[in-house]
Amino acid sequence: MRVDIVNLTAHRGGRTVLTDVNVRVPSGTVLGLLGPNGSGKSTLLRVASGLSAPSAGRVDLDGTDLRTLKRGELARRVAVMAQEHSEEFEISVLDMVLLGRIPHGRGYGRDSDRDIAVAQHALRRAGAASLAERSFSALSGGERQRVLFARALAQDTPVLILDEPTNHLDIAHQIELLDLIRSTDRTVLIALHDLNLAARFCDAVGVLADGRLLSLGAPQEVLHTGLIRSVFGVESTAVAHPRSGDQHFIFDSRSTVPTDAPPPVHQFVPPQEETPAP
Amino acid sequence: MARTTLRRRAPASLARLLRRERPGDDGPAVPPAPVTNGRRRRDALAVRILVPALTAVLLSVLLMSTSIGTIAVSPADSLRIVVGHLVPGMPWMSDGSLSTLQDNAIWQFRLPRALLAATTGAALALAGALMQAVVHNSLAEPYILGVSAGAGVGAVSFIVLGIGVGSLGIGASAFAGALLATAAVYLLARKNGRIAPQRLILAGVALGSLFSAVTSYLTIATDAQNVFSIMFFLLGSVSAATMGHLALPVTALAAVGLYTALRARALNALLIGDDAAASLGVNVNRTRSGVLVAAALLTGSVVAVSGGIGFVGLIIPHIARILVGSDHRKMLPVALLGGAAFLASCDLLARTLAAPSEIPLGVLTAMVGAPFFLWLLRRDRAESVGMGR
Repeated sequence: MRVDIVNLTAHRGGRTVLTDVNVRVPSGTVLGLLGPNGSGKSTLLRVASGLSAPSAGRVDLDGTDLRTLKRGELARRVAVMAQEHSEEFEISVLDMVLLGRIPHGRGYGRDSDRDIAVAQHALRRAGAASLAERSFSALSGGERQRVLFARALAQDTPVLILDEPTNHLDIAHQIELLDLIRSTDRTVLIALHDLNLAARFCDAVGVLADGRLLSLGAPQEVLHTGLIRSVFGVESTAVAHPRSGDQHFIFDSRSTVPTDAPPPVHQFVPPQEETPAP
Repeated sequence: MARTTLRRRAPASLARLLRRERPGDDGPAVPPAPVTNGRRRRDALAVRILVPALTAVLLSVLLMSTSIGTIAVSPADSLRIVVGHLVPGMPWMSDGSLSTLQDNAIWQFRLPRALLAATTGAALALAGALMQAVVHNSLAEPYILGVSAGAGVGAVSFIVLGIGVGSLGIGASAFAGALLATAAVYLLARKNGRIAPQRLILAGVALGSLFSAVTSYLTIATDAQNVFSIMFFLLGSVSAATMGHLALPVTALAAVGLYTALRARALNALLIGDDAAASLGVNVNRTRSGVLVAAALLTGSVVAVSGGIGFVGLIIPHIARILVGSDHRKMLPVALLGGAAFLASCDLLARTLAAPSEIPLGVLTAMVGAPFFLWLLRRDRAESVGMGR
């Protein structure tokens, strides 16, 4: 399912947090959203998942404005994995994943055998099958992330929206999760902090700063040391992976140069002279 | 066998999910037949045992309630009287084997009273469970919207200002007070079309205090002869019950029970937070408002007849969660039946323990219920539903 974000502007608490963002995510591709804290990634994902309303612009799913969809229809198209979670009452891991089946069921009905099969399958795929009987609140941060991802999988939607799903995960589980995301044929919008992982696993990356989309395209074209300096204020060195030849970034220090100064010359890869689109 | 059945029946979306198996994964290509895990099996088993068991307890308590009292009636005779009233043409109703006194004691006094106690218990337990779910707070109870405080003001004003006589008059003013308080708290908690749980709780507590102050003032300011009836109402009692009193609470219980049965899954989703529930297709605002209003009306209809009976609405839902987990599809029926059986038993004790005088029901629910709950709270089972944190 194709996701089109069109001229999107959003406010939160009276502040403009997104300004005129345009992104097209083709069906079955993975879009990584990068940017410093407070750059608008989470708001963009909230609007794209229908949890917040934009103040201007729209989000289309296969050409249909998502605000015209009923709640249930939207929940059968878009699954969300967010950070927020209430813990006043206890819930078992399997029950948590089974909540993902709500959009597919109705009324008081008990969970069907198929719902349970789908939930257990999702848990296995997320590497969390052994947790099924545990209490959700007794899990570690990384285990919770895997369970919440399993819930999003169990929702069985063509679009997945993931807000920093690799938080708290050890490196093996980060790679496993991102491999899993890549291997699905779903359309994925994912906020990430690790630029190297984003470059490796995303079909396209969008870089946000102060609510504006600075740059959008294939990771190799978008990510370079100049952009990292101007957006994150960090000096970096781009190196080629000794075996694959893929570009990797090594982070050196906080920039001392004002961010609008021309990028310094690096030893391994000459700086790409393109300036980020305004 | 189950596996092949599943494969054959696997709908398109499941088949799609299966094909997305990650490359190099040696795991089964088809999810094996659902093996319900131990926790779910235990909870499901608990429901299957508890629902019939609690129903049996409830029915026997009701039967005992009809046969115990100053006028001696054997359980068999009281059962015959009840059946005789429900089914026309029973021979024992006209052959003189049962006295009019016995018939009156059971049909006019004991049965309505026992039924009202059971209905009140069920209603308060249901309302408490609903309030706790929609405001994300395990300390929530049916009176959180100021319902009982409002009913108290209504009833006490009626007693003190003495507009009329009779229990129905007190009931009507109590119901009016409860509705007024609920409406006020609801409107105070609502901002920009959204009910914020935290604001709701605080508005309820603040307004409840205000109403309690009014009640206290009226109690102090009135003649001493009124104080006893005020205290009796505030502590809660079902002693004046008639079949007529049952109509409002029973109707409300049936309506709200049906309403929530259809929303049990949405309530489950609300447990994990508003955003998560919304992304699962739940209309969070409408569910919360609807359930709050339903629970408040249910509480109001019960408070109007039985007064403010504490403890049941707070504790019974927690006991149900300890026994069967927080899934509302399992927990609500257990809470409902448990509340009914608990309050019917308490009322039987309330009128027999210190006979011929009577212990206020609210006093007894706390004295019997609190030790039991505290015992349950210390057990490992309570830890597993998050009460050890």
